[in-house]
Amino acid sequence: MGTATERTLRQAVEDAAAELYVWSLKDIPSDLRDALGAALERETHKVGRRILETIHTNVAVADEGNRLVCQDTGIAVYYARVGERFPLHPARIEEALREGTRRATLDHPLRSNTVHTLTRKPTGDNTGHRIPHVHWEFVPDWDGLDIKCVPKGSGSENMSFLKMLVPADGVKAVKRFVLDSIVGAGGKPCPPGIVGVGIGGSADLAMHLAKEAIARPVGTHNPDPDVARLERELCDLLNETGVGPMGLGGDTTVLSVHVEQAHTHITLNPVAVNYQCWAARRATAHVSAGGEVAMDRDA
Amino acid sequence: MAHHELTFPTDEAAVRALEAGDTVTIQGHIIGIRDATQIRIFDQGREPPMSLEGGALLHTAPNVRKLADGRYEPLSIGTTTSARMSRFTEPLIRDHGARAIMGKGGLLPEALGPLQEHGGVYLAIVGGAAALQTTQIVEIEQVEWEDLMPECLWRFRVCDFGPLIVAMDAHGRSLYEDVQAEARRRIDETLSAKI
Ligand code: SF4
Repeated sequence: MGTATERTLRQAVEDAAAELYVWSLKDIPSDLRDALGAALERETHKVGRRILETIHTNVAVADEGNRLVCQDTGIAVYYARVGERFPLHPARIEEALREGTRRATLDHPLRSNTVHTLTRKPTGDNTGHRIPHVHWEFVPDWDGLDIKCVPKGSGSENMSFLKMLVPADGVKAVKRFVLDSIVGAGGKPCPPGIVGVGIGGSADLAMHLAKEAIARPVGTHNPDPDVARLERELCDLLNETGVGPMGLGGDTTVLSVHVEQAHTHITLNPVAVNYQCWAARRATAHVSAGGEVAMDRDA
Repeated sequence: MAHHELTFPTDEAAVRALEAGDTVTIQGHIIGIRDATQIRIFDQGREPPMSLEGGALLHTAPNVRKLADGRYEPLSIGTTTSARMSRFTEPLIRDHGARAIMGKGGLLPEALGPLQEHGGVYLAIVGGAAALQTTQIVEIEQVEWEDLMPECLWRFRVCDFGPLIVAMDAHGRSLYEDVQAEARRRIDETLSAKI
């Protein structure tokens, strides 16, 4: 299969995927640790404080014992940024990501969650038809590859919402929808977490954007100042609802709101919400054209 | 908002003494149970091969390793969302004498009636805190219905299991309902004017 370079790179990507999946489940990024720390400092509600303290203890126990932060190994979602001159075709990258996921699951071993959607028959290795899912971005004038692994648990993924709003109702309706969705989700998605919001595009693109939004480091802002303003406004509104940690009341309902947008049709106003729980696991590998891999927990 | 140390199995009076908002730490034994386990008991009418009397039941699908002697070692034991198992609340407490149901996100509001009538509570765990909870499980003492793996019936010996929050008590009060009602009031009265 392929040239020596291709074989080396394919193996490097597979090894990176296997390592990323396990690592992300055990060692959460600094921005998330900081955000959870800041939440605890701010929280005034007694039950909310107790929950945030327990989350801190849990992260420390995972660090000390090299344990999984949360038991739900989720569905491994990958975000691949491929340079136009990276010498391995995306078809091979995808194959390597799948194989890495499978290997990590069997070798560690990790709990496998994937089943056939109709028969519910388990596959046993966290892969399946179209799983893991890869989000692609192609970068001109570059020869590298970045792979980000974001294992997504079902408790938070079940709290995903889409609405095709009326354009005349504008951004007001978007805000109301986000508020109603997150309040309605209550404690089910293990708050406080990251709310990903996708606006515009089409139905599929809106949810795709919401999913991209949750993969950003906590506290990063959309480069478009209007969108960034909406992020801050939504974050304040959501925290004023008082839903709190685990939906049991408190000042911290969300750690951050990330919004991604696309242009849309004149008669469309889609909004999608994808929730990422407090265990917002994420890890990245930078792969050079020569096959050197640099792991990056915080990207 | 009192804190209680409880040893399970326990009796009805012990859980009736708990108030929504209190916190609890558990000693003794807890029982792991999930969708498939309860479907077998209630929809397929099979008698559970372990007593649930006075028990604290945890909604879980443990990740374990089988040892050479046939016993299981815990790898990662966490908690799943409880709402979808709400319908089992009444028969669990009324017919099997269970006293506490533990999970995340809460039971549906219709579980409040059975909790009040038959004497049971819903204890919320800190969802996602599996690393910590796994260290609080000292031993997996008994596993029944292994064909349902990982949704077997599990008996765990625990030490300082928690903290748990009394989220639905035996007096008809649910913290989730209180928080939801307050959030809706805030949206209608103040937040909707800001958007
Ligand atoms: S929602 Fe997240 S933190 Fe909660 S159990 Fe699922 S993966 Fe873990």
